[in-house]
Amino acid sequence: MSPFETLKEKIREALPGLDCVIGWRQGFDPLHATPFFMRAPEDVEKLVWSPLCVHNLSTYLPSFRGKKVGIVLKGCDSRGVIELLQEKLVERENLVLFGLPCSGVADLTKLGRAAGDLDRVSAVAWDEAGFTLATPRGEVRVARRDALADKCLSCQFPNALEADHLPGDPLPPATGPDLGDEELAALEAMAPADLMARWAAEMSRCIRCYACRNACPMCVCRDHCIAQSRDPHWLSQEDSPREKLMFQLIHTMHLAGRCVECGECQRACPVDIPILALRRKMNRVVRELFDYQAGLDSQAVPPLFTFQVEEANIKERKW
Amino acid sequence: MVMSAAAYLPAPKLGEWLKELSVRHLVLAPQARGDAVVFAPYAEGGEIVLDRDATMPPKQAVFPATEELLRFRRVKDPEDPGRVDVELSASQPAPKTVVFGARPCGTRGFLAYDRVYRSPKTTDPYYAARRDATLFVTVACTAPGNSCFCHWVGSGPDDASGSDLLLTPVTGGFVVLAVSGRGDELLGSPLLEPAGDRTAEAEKVLAAVRAALPPAPDISGARDGLTAVFDDMGFWDEVSAKCVSCGACTYLCPTCYCFNITDEGDGLAGRRLRTWDNCMSFQFTLEASGHNPRPTKAHRLRNRVGHKFSYYPALHEGAVACCGCGRCVRGCPVSVDIREIVLAAIVRAARAREETAHD
Ligand code: SF4
Ligand code: SF4
Ligand code: SF4
Ligand code: SF4
Repeated sequence: MSPFETLKEKIREALPGLDCVIGWRQGFDPLHATPFFMRAPEDVEKLVWSPLCVHNLSTYLPSFRGKKVGIVLKGCDSRGVIELLQEKLVERENLVLFGLPCSGVADLTKLGRAAGDLDRVSAVAWDEAGFTLATPRGEVRVARRDALADKCLSCQFPNALEADHLPGDPLPPATGPDLGDEELAALEAMAPADLMARWAAEMSRCIRCYACRNACPMCVCRDHCIAQSRDPHWLSQEDSPREKLMFQLIHTMHLAGRCVECGECQRACPVDIPILALRRKMNRVVRELFDYQAGLDSQAVPPLFTFQVEEANIKERKW
Repeated sequence: MVMSAAAYLPAPKLGEWLKELSVRHLVLAPQARGDAVVFAPYAEGGEIVLDRDATMPPKQAVFPATEELLRFRRVKDPEDPGRVDVELSASQPAPKTVVFGARPCGTRGFLAYDRVYRSPKTTDPYYAARRDATLFVTVACTAPGNSCFCHWVGSGPDDASGSDLLLTPVTGGFVVLAVSGRGDELLGSPLLEPAGDRTAEAEKVLAAVRAALPPAPDISGARDGLTAVFDDMGFWDEVSAKCVSCGACTYLCPTCYCFNITDEGDGLAGRRLRTWDNCMSFQFTLEASGHNPRPTKAHRLRNRVGHKFSYYPALHEGAVACCGCGRCVRGCPVSVDIREIVLAAIVRAARAREETAHD
């Protein structure tokens, strides 16, 4: 039995004791998988596992608090679950974690660059070296590096870090380029005024839909986010690039030491604003200051949930 | 349609034509911004993207995401300093605008707005001023996309309703047809040639794309079906399970017209702003008491679908408030598919009817 078939069997066995198991099924066209809530054994037949299973489903878990649910996890998704456990936003005893070793998921924005119009892709296939898209212009081949999400090319955790079921042989960490690092280096090299102009240009197309926030597994305030609270009305309704960037900085700050770098914020953005770089920068700061990465150990206390009288990397007495 | 009015615009002259239009109009045309395509002011040399539908519809042309309605200032009465008056000044800029390069669905979205904001009963002066100042040069579709369903809602890839000019891509350029009286105003350019035989080619292009559309299901039962399942929260929980309750679907939608109004300012002066709002947001129906009649995403998605396919048609002679552009399907981070929900509601309502009949 393939690891995927084994997993399906495990899900079928577990379902009677669970409210649902969250996975993916085929979406509206060949390129889209879509989150799927399996409730009956026959639903499990529709479960899919492929490089199109892009979503981090752990984002749904807090809404099931108090109920027993199962969830299918890629390696990176498991970090979301772990961080939620660390923050006591979900209860371990109510979760059944179904992991599968993951060799990377597609970045549909990248595939769109190759295809021209993603909405006219009529078929997709993949192998170890890349993707093949059937487009009105004929077949388009996209190499792995130009097709996979950045996070996957340099993934350190391809196997769920916390799982009740993890069939199949664990995969080794990826050894590809760290494109996120390259992007950050380019941004850091910019003069402040140029950097501000660049963000203003990017943010000007932001429509303030807050998909970036709502897709984020660690954004748990949701309906009560200060960006939208009406009383007090913290943020202006004015939609200038500056105000819109302000929200991105709020998000980044609120995610400090909590962001698991799953990339959902950027993936969810309907106008493809490259906002993940801000979170990556913050994660790097957190790593340097606290020697900490979010969502790796369900027993660890996130650095900003506690304090040390003497922080190892913050020499406040020497200032 | 009067076919004799057809002209031909050679593709290499497109930039020049837009430049010409820019002399007297603000020209908004689909242009790449990062990986997205948005309607942005045309500047010479700007590259127009027509090979895929714009990520954003052209709705900002007439309905900006933020619009200042008025400014206010409190002034003390010099005669009686205890008395404070409020001085108001309304702003109503409505630049002469041409929206170039929307697809028929994107343009047609404004018809849904018109019935609400420019009806015989009520006219929103801000909306009406911009609407009157805006002309639409629409480009017909030559092939449907995976998420397109304009033909489900009584439209089509060559639907000219709401447009002033309709351009049909043919070999080497576009056949240009005036489809409104105002469209004629734009046809004076020396860059345009008589279309001649190209009109026949345009007809063929349009016939081919109409034939390429998969058959449309009958959604005439949507209006009653959605009303029938209104209280069936089990149904709404199920279809909204994956929704993350963001505003992408509504803000990408060419027909979503809801807004919020806030007064912003400090101390004695300020501005009244009208901004996009969306029914998928918790705050949309949050009452001052703290009560929220649409407390969950299921309630909110029910409104979005119900409004477009049932409540709006009930108020506006059957017109559906969805032009089938598919943006909400493409732009949703989790691929919620409004088509699927409408069809499921029709089936669910029919099943419920049968069950009551057997009881
Ligand atoms: S901020 Fe972005 S990368 Fe970080 S956890 Fe949230 S969605 Fe994932
Ligand atoms: S998802 Fe994109 S468009 Fe929406 S609020 Fe976030 S950055 Fe803006
Ligand atoms: S349907 Fe999709 S785009 Fe709309 S609110 Fe739900 S998650 Fe956001
Ligand atoms: S509801 Fe969706 S498909 Fe219909 S007009 Fe709006 S965005 Fe387009």
